[in-house]
Amino acid sequence: MLREITLGQYYQADSVIHRLDPRVKLGTTVLFIISLFVFDGIWGYAVAALFLALVIKLSKVPFRFMIKGMRSIVFLLSITVIFNLFLTPGEPLVQIWKFGITKEGLRLAVLLAIRLGFLIIGSSVMTLTTTPNQLTDGLEKMLKPLNRIKVPVHEIAMMMSIALRFIPILMEETDKIMKAQLARCADFESGNLIRKAKSLVPLLVPLFISAFRRANDLAMAMEARCYRGGEHRTKMKPLHYAGRDYIAYIIVVCYLVGGIAAGKLIPVLLSNILA
Amino acid sequence: MPIILDKVSHIYGEDTAMAVKALDNISLVIPDGQFIGLIGHTGSGKSTLVQHLNGLMRATSGNIYFNGEDIDADDFDKKMLRSKVGLVFQYPEHQLFETDVFADVCFGPKNLGLSKKEIELRAYEALKLVGLEDDYFYQSPFDLSGGQKRRVAIAGVLAMKPEVLILDEPTAGLDPKGRDEILDQISKLKRETGITVLLVSHSMDDVAKYVDRIIVMNQGCVMFDDAPREVFKHYEELETIGLAAPQVTYIMKHLRDHGYDVSDEITTIEEAREEIKSFFARFAAARKER
Repeated sequence: MLREITLGQYYQADSVIHRLDPRVKLGTTVLFIISLFVFDGIWGYAVAALFLALVIKLSKVPFRFMIKGMRSIVFLLSITVIFNLFLTPGEPLVQIWKFGITKEGLRLAVLLAIRLGFLIIGSSVMTLTTTPNQLTDGLEKMLKPLNRIKVPVHEIAMMMSIALRFIPILMEETDKIMKAQLARCADFESGNLIRKAKSLVPLLVPLFISAFRRANDLAMAMEARCYRGGEHRTKMKPLHYAGRDYIAYIIVVCYLVGGIAAGKLIPVLLSNILA
Repeated sequence: MPIILDKVSHIYGEDTAMAVKALDNISLVIPDGQFIGLIGHTGSGKSTLVQHLNGLMRATSGNIYFNGEDIDADDFDKKMLRSKVGLVFQYPEHQLFETDVFADVCFGPKNLGLSKKEIELRAYEALKLVGLEDDYFYQSPFDLSGGQKRRVAIAGVLAMKPEVLILDEPTAGLDPKGRDEILDQISKLKRETGITVLLVSHSMDDVAKYVDRIIVMNQGCVMFDDAPREVFKHYEELETIGLAAPQVTYIMKHLRDHGYDVSDEITTIEEAREEIKSFFARFAAARKER
């Protein structure tokens, strides 16, 4: 019953995007998100849409997987859009009872919908094409400079990858514990909220105990192999930039410049031509 | 109450690329009062099979009848089924959660909605049946040894007064002494209460001594289903699927191969002792005649 839940949504495929260095993907995602807030006007977003479409095409991940991520924010998105649509003061377009839609409100609502939508799809592309382990590796290497100001970057990355690694194990364990308690006629479904919460105790206690035991065992195993944290530690698969990574960076910079230029220049050009 | 399986199959991940057939067209009858050993190598489908018997898993195709009723019917009372067909899983750590042993054993009967007095009576009886001393009743279940934890887990299921008791690898992870103690206790419990017991194991030596019927599973199918000595006659086929007859059976076969006239249908050490004794008696008698 719990088996359907998957965390981390990596989609296995052989594409240029999959092969890129995780740092490139992380950096690009951050830049892309920033660009969504820097760009302005319909032409800037046209460039962003084009860029996103190109990356999705290259990634060979079916589009419906990108949309999946959207489902979780539909609620948030609709609230934002509705509030902005009705509550922005300005030049009125339509009046429904006490609420009016203004020109500025419509503009803001559309803008927000595009920003949020692209933001989610953009970050989905990253998580779909990068395994969680690659991500933490990339993050660790990117944040390395923070070591100077005593941020334990390696430890944080290690904790993240261990947490990710343990999710499927604990899922399986939950399934087993659930079955063992169901065999003793436990009831996880009926009753009101308080009873339901109480019925989780026979599930959570063994799960926590097993999680602590596993953590303890892992710590022992790591210590037995003389693990001492980040200092002087080498990697089995060190990250190295390849030619395609530099090309990717150049494309991203072109995209940023292109987007800003398009947002500023095209309206001017258009008005000149029209005039 | 008998359990009947009619052409039961189970496929994991049906309709995906990774579909695995865990059970393949299994038909079995589990009558009242038998002591059955279910044997198979890891991944042979034995754990999947036992989870079908109390409705924790649903067959992909085929039907299972408990006392003549189809357990997958919509109006079938699964809770009743689970109290009648008690399943004890391999790891007691998966079910122990209460602050003391006694409260933990009370969990099953409490879920059946019985009165407090009845619950405590059943818990006490169950703990006595598994042979746990009174000193342990109010200890934390997490402070017990492996063997004792297993006893508490078995008691937790027995307290529901099941008619069929299924034990999934009750000896896994126990030392030889703990193993023998648990198996002796189960055998004693079987004699005292007369319930049906299904013992899941991958070790022939474990079950040969106790059970009256052995079901051997391989790759989701039932390979043999017969009395132990009949099953062990096929020891060569058993070896090809990674199982073996009890060690003592091999000793007797070797003796026979070396020209000693002993029976090769021996499955337990006690039988072997008697057989060897009688062989010497016959040998001595034959010598005297000469």
